[in-house]
Amino acid sequence: MSKQKITSHEVEKIAKLARLRLSKEEVEKFKPQLSEILSYVGQLEEIDTQNVTPIQQITGLKNITREDGADQFEEQEDLVNLSAETEDNYIKVKNVL
Amino acid sequence: MNINELTIKEAHQKLLNKDFSSEELTKACLSQMDNVDTDINAFVTRTDDIAIKQAKEVDKKIQAGEKIHVLEGIPCSLKDVFCTKGIKTTASSKMLENYIPPYDSFAVKKLNESGMVIVGKVNTDEFTMGASTETSYFGVTKNPWNQEYVSGGSSGGSAASVSANECLYSLGTDTGGSIRQPAGFCGAVGLKVTYGRVSRYGVMSMASSLDTIGPITKSVEDSAIVLSAIAGQDKNDSTTPDIKVDDYVEYLNKDIRGLKVGVPKEYFIDGLDSEVKMAIEKNIKNLESLGAEIVEISLPHTKYAVAVYYIISPSEVSSNMSRYDGVRYGVRNPESNDLIDQYFNTRADGFGNEVKRRIMIGAYALSAGYVDAYYKKAQKVRTLIRQDFEKAFEKVDVIITPTSPTPAFKIGENSDDPLKMYLADIFTAPTNLAGIPGISIPSALSSGGLPIGVQLLAKHFDEKTLLQTAHQLEQVIGFDKSRLSL
Repeated sequence: MSKQKITSHEVEKIAKLARLRLSKEEVEKFKPQLSEILSYVGQLEEIDTQNVTPIQQITGLKNITREDGADQFEEQEDLVNLSAETEDNYIKVKNVL
Repeated sequence: MNINELTIKEAHQKLLNKDFSSEELTKACLSQMDNVDTDINAFVTRTDDIAIKQAKEVDKKIQAGEKIHVLEGIPCSLKDVFCTKGIKTTASSKMLENYIPPYDSFAVKKLNESGMVIVGKVNTDEFTMGASTETSYFGVTKNPWNQEYVSGGSSGGSAASVSANECLYSLGTDTGGSIRQPAGFCGAVGLKVTYGRVSRYGVMSMASSLDTIGPITKSVEDSAIVLSAIAGQDKNDSTTPDIKVDDYVEYLNKDIRGLKVGVPKEYFIDGLDSEVKMAIEKNIKNLESLGAEIVEISLPHTKYAVAVYYIISPSEVSSNMSRYDGVRYGVRNPESNDLIDQYFNTRADGFGNEVKRRIMIGAYALSAGYVDAYYKKAQKVRTLIRQDFEKAFEKVDVIITPTSPTPAFKIGENSDDPLKMYLADIFTAPTNLAGIPGISIPSALSSGGLPIGVQLLAKHFDEKTLLQTAHQLEQVIGFDKSRLSL
């Protein structure tokens, strides 16, 4: 894990997962930076965490709930109009299929 | 002294005495912005007309002899990730360059109720990712003490606008040090609260288990004043518990004799600038002179904090940034064949390099095959870091550390080296991982004329002890701001 060198293929794969379009130049630019960062954070491998539980909610809160009901947002039209393209109070997007 | 150079407490007193009006105070700030902001570049959006209107409302109340809140009529700036209804909020990103929120964040609502006067939205690293405000889409914010140097980040605009007397206080956010480090670099007071002390509703998320909101001010007393106005439970933020908001201001002058102050040996590392080290040692003596007891402590997992932070925070970032897809708000790439093409193009276009880097680190750390080795491992080491603090706070009440390993660095010095930039968070990130509060106050000027901050840390929800200690230390230090000339 520590000596992780990420490949161009892996950079492209992650970019695709994250819905980021990268040019070939960008892939080559990010590759060594990501490798260096991943290498650095990989040092955690050396710590013994066998009997350690992963962190829970940091201030010890548990099961904070609310009523599962809908509230009316006053500025509904303003919300819809934030979108780049709208039609009849709907948000308009490109074809999905 | 120009009236925009006053603290909140001083300005409030003078407003009550009718030495000047809120409109005059506001105009003094706007005038200072005219004088310096073309160079400093703290402001993304100025709100002159709104500010004057708000100030006039307050002046009417004062004229009518009505009682006013201590923050009423006092000009402030807000980091450009706080949603402000009807006022552009950009996160210093191309993605949101024309976004106008239809609602106020909780903290803004609370300040409005206290008679806030807002002079503008201030610069940040893009989506608060950075330690220098250099990743902002709107250019870097320069350090008022020396404009060849950074103001720090990500709340660089907040720290610079306060330090340059363009306003009397600001609100920023701190996820790995983003309030404390720029406050330290700019000679201001920066408070990172306990996770959940202040509601994050309406503040653009970076890393949801680490983000906090807090004030950047000219004095610790001012910090206590602002915190009192914004702290507390909010039903729209389930991480804000129903825990009493102490009377922070009242507590400031209570005796600290017998207070136990921990000095963690792991914070005094090789890379620590010698002048920073000297400043901390002086402050340890200062606390002793106030009657505090100094205790050597150990926080053994300190050296892993940056690694833990740079797994957990990008992971949470990769999730939080997924909402920026051009559909409901923000820029939308028009030349796309279908919806998924639009996602790819909009995000390639709208995000800067640092944001993309962190999204990718996060996506990698969470992906199948790597999630155990990276994310889950980091979550376990985070438990160990938190336990270090728990054990330490059994022996001490507060902990003293440097805020940053060095004073401000030059613009461009670290911007080509992401990892080197990440290491700037070495003394601040552990605080966010543990969820505890921390404050940076100015302690000295370096031989190069740049501020050096000293940091104090306290237990969860013990802001009152933190502010009390910081306030009294501040009085002993007597940091001289008059050497700042703009």
